[in-house]
Order: sequence, then C-alpha cells, then structure tokens
Amino acid sequence: MTTDPHEVAPVLEADAAARHNQDAGPILRLQGVGKRFPGVVALRNVSFDIQRGEGHVLLGENGAGKSTLINLLGGLFPPDEGSIWFNGAPYSPASPLEAFSKGIRVVHQELNLLSNLTVAENLLFEHLPSRRGLVNYREMNRRAAELLAEVGLDISPSTVVSRLGVAQMQLIEIAKALAHESKLLVLDEPTATLTSKEVDRLFEILHRLKERKVTTLYISHRLQEIYEVGDRVTVLRDGQHVTTEPLKGLAIPDIVRLMVGRTVTDQGVFREDIKPTGEALAVEGLRLTETSPPIDFSVRNGEIVGIAGLVGSGRTEAVRAIFGADPKASGTIRVNGRPVAIASPKEAVAAGICLMTEDRKQQGLLLEMSCAENITITDLKRLSRKGLLDRAMENAASERLVAGLRVKTPTIFQKVGTFSGGNQQKVVIAKWLYRGSSVLICDEPTRGIDVGAKVEIYELMGQLAAEGKGILVVSSDLPELMSICHRILVFSNGRLAGEVPRAEFDQNRILSLAYEEYGRVRGN
Amino acid sequence: MSEGTESAGERKTATVWDNFLRISMREAGVAIALVIIVLFFSATAPYFATPENFLKIFVQIAINTVLAAGMTFVILTGGIDLSVGSVLALCTVVGATIMVREDLSPWMSIPLALLACMATGAACGAINGWVCEKWKLPSFIVTLGMLNVASGLARVVSDNSTITGLPQPFVDFGNQIYFGVLPSIFLIAIIVILIGWFILRFTVFGRFVFAIGTNEEAVRLSGHNPRIFKIAVFTISGLTAGIAAMVFLLRLNVGSPIAGIGYELNAIAAVIIGGTSLSGGKGSIIGTLVGACILQVLATGLQLLGAEDNVKPIVIGTVIVLAVVLDTYRNRYLRKLEAR
Repeated sequence: MTTDPHEVAPVLEADAAARHNQDAGPILRLQGVGKRFPGVVALRNVSFDIQRGEGHVLLGENGAGKSTLINLLGGLFPPDEGSIWFNGAPYSPASPLEAFSKGIRVVHQELNLLSNLTVAENLLFEHLPSRRGLVNYREMNRRAAELLAEVGLDISPSTVVSRLGVAQMQLIEIAKALAHESKLLVLDEPTATLTSKEVDRLFEILHRLKERKVTTLYISHRLQEIYEVGDRVTVLRDGQHVTTEPLKGLAIPDIVRLMVGRTVTDQGVFREDIKPTGEALAVEGLRLTETSPPIDFSVRNGEIVGIAGLVGSGRTEAVRAIFGADPKASGTIRVNGRPVAIASPKEAVAAGICLMTEDRKQQGLLLEMSCAENITITDLKRLSRKGLLDRAMENAASERLVAGLRVKTPTIFQKVGTFSGGNQQKVVIAKWLYRGSSVLICDEPTRGIDVGAKVEIYELMGQLAAEGKGILVVSSDLPELMSICHRILVFSNGRLAGEVPRAEFDQNRILSLAYEEYGRVRGN
Repeated sequence: MSEGTESAGERKTATVWDNFLRISMREAGVAIALVIIVLFFSATAPYFATPENFLKIFVQIAINTVLAAGMTFVILTGGIDLSVGSVLALCTVVGATIMVREDLSPWMSIPLALLACMATGAACGAINGWVCEKWKLPSFIVTLGMLNVASGLARVVSDNSTITGLPQPFVDFGNQIYFGVLPSIFLIAIIVILIGWFILRFTVFGRFVFAIGTNEEAVRLSGHNPRIFKIAVFTISGLTAGIAAMVFLLRLNVGSPIAGIGYELNAIAAVIIGGTSLSGGKGSIIGTLVGACILQVLATGLQLLGAEDNVKPIVIGTVIVLAVVLDTYRNRYLRKLEAR
C-alpha cells in the first residue's frame, strides 16, 4: 500500500521475533470482514493482522468503522462476511461473555460499571470469590486492593462506584480487564476523560502488560499519545482498510492524510444561486459550563453552515444548548437580530429555532403514533379552536407536507415506527416546516440513511436555504458538509477551533483543525 | 427501504383490511372477551341473565368505573396513581360533613358538597402531580405517600367516625333507576367515561396525553412543556376520585374514613384489562369501561355459580395477569401487521 522506506526493516524484525515465539503467527487476523447496517455499509472487505504482543493502534475518522470493528471483536454482533481468526482458531463469539472467556477484553468508551455496587464487587464481578454460594468478602477485597494498586488508584475496595469521578471509573474499567488474564485488550478512547498524570499512569500499565505479552488494540483521537503505546497502526476510512504499517517514521500529518481522502460523491447539490443576506442566528459567548471556552458564530439567512468535529468535541452539546434542550452557563443568542432568552426548547421554538436531534428514534419521533400526528405535534394550536382538534385541517396539512417532501407512505395514518430511516428523517423535517421555523439546526441529518434519500435531504436543505432560512448542519460526514455548506465551523475538544469558507474547503485542513485541541491537552 | 415496491392500489386495499383487523384487535378485542364471559355465565350460572342481576352489576360497577376513568389518563402518560382510594375516603367525609349540616337546606348543601368533593380530590391530585414534576420523582412513590396522607386527613376531618344522616333528596336520587335497569349512579359513571373519551379523542390536551406517554422527551424537544400536562392528568385523577366519592355517598349513604381501601388496585386492574399499556401511550378509556365490567361480571358470576369467597380473588387475579399476557401477544401481532 505504501512505499515508505522506513517500513521494511521493522516488519522484518517483527517477523523474526514472531518466528522465535512458540505460538507463531498473528494473535488476530481479519480476512475480508464486512458488516452492513440498514442503509449503511459499516465495514467492507477489511483484512489485517495484529501481531502477538504488539501495541496496535486503530485510527479513522468518525464513521470510518472503528466502533463496528471493536464491537465485532467484543461479540456484540457477527460479521456479515469474511472471517476472524483469534489465536490460530476461527473466532465467532455469540456474546460478549464468550468473547471475554476466549481472551478478548473490550474496554468501551462508555463505562459499563454497576454504579450501586462497590469497587471490589465491580472488579471481580464475573468471578466473585465464594464458598458454597456465599461471597468471600475478605478474599474479594484483598484481590481488589491488589488490582487497584496495580492501576495506582488510592481508594478503598469497598467504595461505592457511583461516588467516584469519571477518570477513576475509567481506571476501574481497566483494572477490571486486568483482573482476568486476557490475551487481547481493546481500549476504546481510554484517555478521553483522564488528566495527563492519569494518562501517564495508564501508559505505565500498558508497558507492563506488554512485558507480560498482552496484545493491545488502542483507539484514540489524541494522535500525540499513540506513539507511546503503539508499534503499528491500522487506518480505516469509509469502512475500508487503508493501511497497516509501523508507527515509527510516520508523522502526525502523514496519519491525518491517510485518514482523509474520502471522495466527495454528492457534487451538484450546492446551490450557487443563493446569496445569503442578513443574520438568521447569532451566538455570542456561549459557554456550556462556567469554565468552558466561549463559542461565537452566526448563520445568515439563506446560508448553510456546517459544524465538523469529532464525536464528543462539543458539537452536539453546543447545538443542544442553543436550542435550550440542555442548560448553558452563559451566552447571548439572537434570532433575526433580536436577542432571545432561551432556557427551554419551548422558548427556542417560539423564537423560530428548531433542532432535528441526532437520535431520531429516541428524541425526534413518536414512533408509535401516526405520520400526521408526528408532523402536527409542533403546533397543535394552529389546528384547534377552543382546545378541540380539527382533524380535517390536520390531515390536509400533513398530506401537503408528505407530498411536498415525497415521504413514501401509503397513508398519513401509518405509524412512523414502520418507516425507513430516510422517510423518518423527512417526517422530522416536515414537522419543523409545519411549525414554520426560520432557523433549522440539523444534527446528523443523514445518519443511517441510504444514498438516494441523502441526496433528497440535501436538495431539500438547499431549497429551504433558498427560501431564506438559516441552516446549521452538524455532521460527522466531512464530504457531506463540504458538498452542501457555505462555511464549516470546526469544533475540537469543546472549543470552536476554526472556520473554513467554501473557497478554502480542504479535508486535510478541516481534520487538522478537528484534532488540534487534542494534541495540546497532552502538553499541559 | 422496502417501500415503493408495491403499487399504491394494492396498498390501499390491504390497509382497509388491516384497519378492520386492527380495530377488532384493539378496541373490540376486550369487548369480545366481555361478551364471551357474559354468555358463559348466562348459560351456566342461575339468575345471571336476569334484569335484577344486571341492575346489581351496574350499581356495583359505578364507583370503580369513575375512578378508573381518571386512572386511564395517568396511566396513558406512563404514570400511576395509588392514592385514589384514600382520596375517595377523604372526599366522602368532606362531602358528608357538608351535607349533614342542618343550617343548610339540601338544595344548598348538595351542590356545595359536590363542589367540595371535586375540589378536594383535584387538589390532592394536583399536589401529586406537582411533587412528581418538581422533584422528578416516580409517581408510584409520590402517590403512595398521598395514599397515607389522605387517609390520615380523612380520619382527622371525620374525627375517626362514620358520618350518616345524608339529606333525603340525595338518598332518593341515589336509589333512582331509569328504564328499569339503569341506576342513576351508573349513568354518572357513563357520563364521566363519555367526557373522558371526548377529551382524549378530540382535544389538543388528549393528543398530548398520548404523545407524552409515547415519548416525553420528543414532546419536550418539539417545543412543549410536558410537566404541565402531567400535573393536569393527576389533577384529573384526583377530580374523578372526588366524583367517585359522591357516587359512593349516593350508593352507601355514609361518609367513612375507611372507605375506598384497595379501590386503587381495582381501578388499575380495570385500566389494564381494558388494554391500556402500563408504560403509557397506548390504550382507550372505552376499554377501561369494558375492563371494569369484566371484573364485576366475573365477581358476580362466580358468586352465582356458588364459588367460595376465597376462590373469587384467585380467579380475578389470574384474569388480570392473563389479560396483560394476551395484550403482549396482541401487540406483537399488530406490529407484524404494520410492518407489512
């Protein structure tokens, strides 16, 4: 794949080391692995090896397929095609428990601790020391204390987990993985919540594990730190394998270049004819917490502004705060030049702002209710006189929007829970069009939607912009933002790291901005 | 992803048939069960199929139906109200206390008692809802607390005694029977059900009750404040407990602080048998009426069959669980129907 001259020697060294090893051959081998979800191909023909005892780093943009891959390893679901070999044998776990008993331990980013139990109980939960069904607390606490010492946590084993901080919980998760002899330890963004001192501690542990020949698969957004734990790196892009090569000699800009380069396929949806005017939405000094950096930006009428950034970079948090869905510490918001006080979604909607949430099913729709009922829920007053609903009016309004947005449904009385992702998203758009909002905030508007429906959604956004609405689009799909937006704001680790106008759109530059703040944190 | 493959014409006809099935499965399903049970007892139990017996059933059904009507609103939003039994007790003593006052003419005291009952019940309900929403507590806990508080208040108001000697016009109205089989208190229950049905079916408020039960967060993010509606449904439940207290006074002619013990559970049973989902968002108040009928028909029928008193609760308990089991199968079937 690459012609980097640095590559040759270390590979030969690794081969030599493997030959000396008794169980020669890679610990994990993926061959042509593919996985589809409704509307998206998450992994496509991925093949690579992880060598025994190495520190392997897995990189890729949002949506590149990293999570799908580790979920396959963790036994959450099987691949649709291809095969996985672990420790020389075919590997197809039916459950996380089976994955774990075969020696693969996945430490997920979101913590899976039992928060009402003690640290010791959590650490040894899979195999509590017991005699005749009674828990041997003394033995349990003794072993837990050992594990805590190993990860350098100075807390009592009998502390209840819910009283710990997030970083401490993260270390508990890692200690839990140490409690059981695992051959492959998968760490998904373990340092996201840790301070630099705790990160150092984690790396010490990882070095020690390496001496014990434990293989690690390490996923992180902080590109600086991967050099400390990784021997080789695998890069995924768009669900496909890009390269697997030694980290030595690979500089951060090289890595970023490997991660970007997705082709922009949805050309032609950008509306050159729209000339944005006025100010639809202005955000000044928005702080999510007292200590977070202020966020300032604006969206003009007829303009589509993208927000790029890694998952967890504060994109979703910012738009939810603007909409009043979550509380904010401070900040001024103006709609069409008028300052508005927004403390709840109700006030935001009244001011003309709407939010299409990233999670359609949980937050956007009434899945068990009809298409018409979902559309009109944003403004029932308009359909009623003295509290009585006018159903004929409701049906007419819904029919009009369903036809206008080309929602595919036999009748407007169909439950939206039975719709495809693309049609559900259209219903979400319809409900806000029905409300007549002037500022549309769309969080991941095309997630889980097939390509044809995506283009329809883009065209719809262009049309709405042409009608003078201000549109803010949060997306993990960079090519998508580049094809539809006038400008892209880039969030990085809670900060608005920069703004890129359409004339200067460049994947490399945007992604570098998105990773910018994560490098600095390590330096502190 | 599969849509658009069939022609619109095929879909339309399928929908008519599906709608028929859906309606017969949901609303009519419980009614069919009721008809079967009635036919069964008519054939097997002596005296069951007589006007006198139906009259008796109608009388016995009234209180529970009124309570269950309000309970339906609460359960549709995904809440529960355990306090209605003792709120009813509190309201009976409040109402009776007013009506037995000799300085008021019956034509003054009766409407005043009705108002006081409704106000007391609504106040208890509003407190339930407000506490739930203010501190984001589960309604199970809050209404369990109100169950005890209202019960204690009833004892305080009544000074721990039953109150008798209600005005004669009031007692007469309670014994009134229309068209031979329709007791006045049953008509009150029917009116309450009809009002509830109208609200749930035709008003904006009713739409919100279902929407909040389906997905409260989506309602909030659609720019509404679900809290107001949730406080309102508890107020409605309290209000119907107040009305049920008047029905209780009409039927038994005594106000008692120990009235209504266990009534909340009968009301919940009627709602659940009637097909309303405990997790909210799905159900109907007509179903609740049918559910209340099924409970009482079973109790009366078993008695007429000569079943021992101890056997009755065993059968009724089984039926409640069976109704929910059947409901899960029914929902699974309906989902399959809709996925087509």
